[in-house]
Amino acid sequence: MVENKEIMLGIDIGSTTAKLVACRAGKIIYSKYERHMSRVRQKTAEMLREMKRVLGNVTVKAAISGSAGLGVAEAAHIPFIQEVAATTELVERLHPETEAVIELGGEDAKIIFFGSGIDERMNGTCAGGTGAFIDQMATLLGVDADELDELSLRAQRIYPIASRCGVFAKTDVQPLLNQGARHEDIAASIYQAVVNQTIAGLAQGRRITGHVLFLGGPLSFCAGLRKRFRETLGLDENMACLPEYARHSVALGAAFFAENGGESTDIETLADTIESAPAVRTSRAALPPLFESREDYERFCARHAKATVGTLDISSYSGTAYLGIDCGSTTTKLVLLSDKCEILYSYYSSNKGNPVEVVREQLIKIYSLCRDKIKILGSAVTGYGEELIRAAFGVDIGVVETVAHYSAAKYFMPDVDFILDIGGQDIKCFKIRNGAIDSIMLNEACSSGCGSFIETFAKSMGHTAESFAELALFAKHPVNLGSRCTVFMNSSVKQSQKDGAGADDISAGLSVSVVKNAIYKVIRAAGPDDLGRHVVVQGGTFMSNAILRAFECELGREVVRPEIAGLMGAYGAALRAMKLESSTLLIAEELESFEHKSKAATCGGCANNCRLTVNTFSGGRRFISGNRCEKALGTAKGDGTAPNLYEFKRNYLVSLSEKSVKGGRGTIGIPVALGMYELLPLWHALFTHLGFEVVMSGMSTRETYEKGQFTIPSDTACYPAKLMHGHVEELIGKNVDLIFYPSLTYNVEEKGSENHYNCPVVAYYSELLHGNLEDMGRSRFFYPYLNINSKRELISELIKYLGEIGYDIPKSEIKAAVNYSFAAYDEYMSAVRTEGERALEYARKNGRRIMILAGRPYHIDEEICHGIDKLASSLGFVVVSEDSVSHLAETPRVRVLNQWTYHARLYRAAVYAAQHPDTELVQLVSFGCGVDAITTDEVRRILEDGGKYCTQIKIDEITNLGAVKIRLRSLMAALDEA
Amino acid sequence: MVIHMAQDYIRFTKEMKRDYTILIPNMLPVHFRLISRVFQNYGYKTELLETEGPQIGETGLKYVHNDTCYPAILVIGQFIDAIKSGRYDPHKVALVLFQTGGGCRASNYISLLRKALERAGYEYVPVISFSLAGIEKHPGWKLTPAILHRLLYAVMYGDLMMTLENQTKPYELNHGDAAAKSEYWCARLTDEMAHNRISYGKVLKNYRDMIFDFASIPMNRTEKVKVGIVGEIFVKFSPLGNNNLADFLNSEGAEVVIPGLLDFCMYCVYNGLVDKNLYGRGRFTAPVQKLAYKFLLKKQYDMINIMKENGMFRPSTPFDHTVSLADGYISHGVKMGEGWLLTAEMLELADEGVNNIVCTQPFGCLPNHICGKGMMKPLKAKNPDLNIIAIDYDTGASVVNQQNRIKLMLAGAARMKNKKSPTVNDNERTDSALLNNTPQGLHV
Repeated sequence: MVENKEIMLGIDIGSTTAKLVACRAGKIIYSKYERHMSRVRQKTAEMLREMKRVLGNVTVKAAISGSAGLGVAEAAHIPFIQEVAATTELVERLHPETEAVIELGGEDAKIIFFGSGIDERMNGTCAGGTGAFIDQMATLLGVDADELDELSLRAQRIYPIASRCGVFAKTDVQPLLNQGARHEDIAASIYQAVVNQTIAGLAQGRRITGHVLFLGGPLSFCAGLRKRFRETLGLDENMACLPEYARHSVALGAAFFAENGGESTDIETLADTIESAPAVRTSRAALPPLFESREDYERFCARHAKATVGTLDISSYSGTAYLGIDCGSTTTKLVLLSDKCEILYSYYSSNKGNPVEVVREQLIKIYSLCRDKIKILGSAVTGYGEELIRAAFGVDIGVVETVAHYSAAKYFMPDVDFILDIGGQDIKCFKIRNGAIDSIMLNEACSSGCGSFIETFAKSMGHTAESFAELALFAKHPVNLGSRCTVFMNSSVKQSQKDGAGADDISAGLSVSVVKNAIYKVIRAAGPDDLGRHVVVQGGTFMSNAILRAFECELGREVVRPEIAGLMGAYGAALRAMKLESSTLLIAEELESFEHKSKAATCGGCANNCRLTVNTFSGGRRFISGNRCEKALGTAKGDGTAPNLYEFKRNYLVSLSEKSVKGGRGTIGIPVALGMYELLPLWHALFTHLGFEVVMSGMSTRETYEKGQFTIPSDTACYPAKLMHGHVEELIGKNVDLIFYPSLTYNVEEKGSENHYNCPVVAYYSELLHGNLEDMGRSRFFYPYLNINSKRELISELIKYLGEIGYDIPKSEIKAAVNYSFAAYDEYMSAVRTEGERALEYARKNGRRIMILAGRPYHIDEEICHGIDKLASSLGFVVVSEDSVSHLAETPRVRVLNQWTYHARLYRAAVYAAQHPDTELVQLVSFGCGVDAITTDEVRRILEDGGKYCTQIKIDEITNLGAVKIRLRSLMAALDEA
Repeated sequence: MVIHMAQDYIRFTKEMKRDYTILIPNMLPVHFRLISRVFQNYGYKTELLETEGPQIGETGLKYVHNDTCYPAILVIGQFIDAIKSGRYDPHKVALVLFQTGGGCRASNYISLLRKALERAGYEYVPVISFSLAGIEKHPGWKLTPAILHRLLYAVMYGDLMMTLENQTKPYELNHGDAAAKSEYWCARLTDEMAHNRISYGKVLKNYRDMIFDFASIPMNRTEKVKVGIVGEIFVKFSPLGNNNLADFLNSEGAEVVIPGLLDFCMYCVYNGLVDKNLYGRGRFTAPVQKLAYKFLLKKQYDMINIMKENGMFRPSTPFDHTVSLADGYISHGVKMGEGWLLTAEMLELADEGVNNIVCTQPFGCLPNHICGKGMMKPLKAKNPDLNIIAIDYDTGASVVNQQNRIKLMLAGAARMKNKKSPTVNDNERTDSALLNNTPQGLHV
């Protein structure tokens, strides 16, 4: 081929940015990288015309790549190359020595392995949002992406942050911020979460070694992120490098691809083609517009303008006043009330990553407005930052969020029967019956699509939250973005961008999605009557008319939005403060000299070694957070002797290791995870009697997870299953002869249910382990299919399977061991039941409330339940487990197949709670538990039929105990008021 | 194994049979068309729901717990959407849903459907559980031997028709030929079964005639990239569930290979035998299952042999071979959901030389953690040419995201194909020029 003078143009349109690269004779002659703000076609055309000004209207051969480029390429008939394929082609040509490529984009993460066969991997749908996630986190910290990067380089420690997805990570970052952790440390931890998510989700057991290339926007811009990758992978600077073209690598790959196909056109024609390419909607049909006409909108505004509250000019008032502070997850609100409940002063603003400073400034301002004529007699604080703010400023009382919101709504609308509050991060709903909170529903991570999500989204598109909401009102074709979770919504936005949707339609679509998420996922309502007659909506998110309208349309009913929707928490808190007569709130002079320091520490109270953040304030006040129990604070309410079935079961199982003895048949390792949490006594006795020394893996810790996370193939599996990998690794490290985790289709048969299955994950995780564990060392994985409901069958199966792996054990010996083992299991289960009964008796004798913390046997694992049992104990509950009380109730009639052993116990425990006024049931649900999607509605029905509150807590890798605490305290507050 | 429903349910009575319309969800477009016709021939007013559109998923989300599997959300959404559409008198409509039972949460679809109907205000609509195990009793719904016999052939014919259509459609010169043949044969075969006794000789002749007929379609036989589709049964077969995956692959220039429904039926029967072997359960049912298994296997072999006679089409893999392929990867004891069959079908495809595979699953599908994603690593380790992409389907998942990943798989397939038939590549000079002129990367 002769010297190629033609210009090759690569266009990469990703989820957030567009990139252009032009090459001639192999040299990059032009490149550009810009955010497209969802104006995909226009932006690309603009960039092309800008290029034309530099290069002239030259002739080029073009190819398009990128997720948002797909539609453009199709519509404009320009060759398309998938972005990972483009990268592969590029790297093979330019850096053939590369062994692995790590490429992060706005939405997607990719790893490409070279070497023996090319292996290209992209993140699963549930683990999206890399660059977009970093942007969102920067917004949370109140910095831009560059500042975030600088901060991260000065980190001293890394906090564990969930790596499942951006949403989970966000729920972990939020409390760190509110607890006052150093921003430098948070920044580095955010990067580490991205690293962990990429490695765990994509490498899946394949080691990243040799020459590694970093590509894509986030890795080009964030030195701190590269640093975290290098440290985590143990690669030095020579092995892991960032090529100069990293930012536009895909566009460059596309330019190479253009050589092989495509027609030559001049730049102007190309720009025209792209701009005028027909927008074909391949996505879901558009939704109806929010408002048909201006008149509609005006009527709507006029109706809502009626919901006002009395205000008074602070300069004209003198007398007493009451202060309410709502320190939420992303915003801080303050309200100062007169003695007649009129608002003298209010404030609503983002936390800016430092709520303490925001509150301090505001207090100083309030004091200056009050001068000598207004005296603050009481102050109250609510929200996530309740304890921090209370400690910092000597606020008189803390109010549980739900109580604060209800107080405000009731003041506003005395016969309110349903309150929906959508804040920055949380959705709270409560039904009111007979003047008391009747049921409480809160969102979990996967349904956290609310205010802060829209706000960051607006910013990424170059808008403020207000101007973005404004756009939605008269959008003609709102896009349907689904309601699975914000990560999914993000990718639906990408799809609609591909179809050429504008910012107005996207904004309107997001409003509808947020509303649907609240109604169908959080409230689980099928129609307006599931809510109530008198619905009050509030929270900062409802300040948007688009959201309010979408809600009314979806519900088909008019609702009331107070004018102060965003301030209701603070308003309610101030109302509660009116009971007070004198205040301990810091005075103006103290605020001037106010100091706040935070430092990291580790609690040595128990084996959990909680990582604490210790906040100290001037005057010696302290606030400690990060603790799972009250030990670090030295203020435990529980007296330490109250029974806690979780503790009891843990101790019983751990103590079994003392019964292990050296035997003639070698060592057998048992991973204490999943189903083993119940059957351990059985297998331990069996193998001990067969002459094996039984080696148990220890209780799970965060390190257990990390040890095994590299071999987890399915990122949407539940955390209890994922932990299994670490347990097996631990046993491999102990050089046991056998590692035993049997495959059990059927669990123990207990009377009353229709069948006694294990869930598919508990039943067959052994197969997955066998297929995915890399190096078993000298251990052998033994996972026979066994029947534990028939001694006779079990005996013959054991003879057969042990024989197959070279252990010929006489039948008589196995028979005796099986008999022992069943006795050991019965002994354990009856000990659990006896202790359960003792706990109930203790609670009743001492006037304590009982909490059935209902889950599965493996939920007692401290790494799985995150110390929720201890938290409940410290709040004064006597904690029992579902299996310790399920024998005290009959099997209820449920409307689903009652066919899993563990779940049958759950239903019976719910019946027990429904029948006993002093007993509450809190259901623990592991994220990703498919079976619980079936059981939760039934448990709710059983409890609500019995007039009980239904509290379900979703738990995962890392759980924001702050949110759990709010839930449990809300429950207690509701019980107290009822 | 006997499963009792713990609740009362509305029975489908003999009176209802007279004037109730029975709606069938569209799980398998080819097979269910045949099956619906079979029932019509026996006096049931069945109607296959071929509705589509976003309102189906939306309706499902409204009435079903949103963390439930996607197929349940779609199927239930499709039913309720149909009832609400005004096309039917809600008091003259019944629903039928297939139920296999087992430890997967999918065995709860019937219960979830009834709960959803209750919430939507249609608690009086009877739901018929279609189950060979006879999980429920409905006086107006009798699976007589004659019907069962015809259903069996509906499955057989359906598999053959699907296979033939998949192998002709990408190559047809006149767009629509293959689909027209399917339409024709569907009508012809069901009519025949309605009016005649089934003679096996006639069945075999039908196989031959059908193959001959499809072979007569004018085609351009330039070979295309073959892509297999495996996965959870609903999203594997249903275009509603997998966003028209087969059409998309066709439009990308690929030939689609889908292992048939008979495999799943035989898998269900085979599992009974495995249960007996592993746990000593079902001593009395096992012999019957063994007979049924042998019977079905024989039928399958007959069809395969007839396909071989003609030689123009690739026959499907006999089930006993599929069974043996799983050895060394996963135990046949894994029987929840698609269980070991899912792994085995990927191996079956590899065995046929179809190395590019889309493994479809509903988002968060429990058995697929094990049998799908959980088996990718050993599958690829032992079959390095396998090019598998796992795609999650969900109401919230965006089609762009899915298509982008499928395109990645297709790019891999194209690379693999090129590697096997190398073409002259004269880009080297350009490459080295670029190498000499751009910095070799900043070391960070």
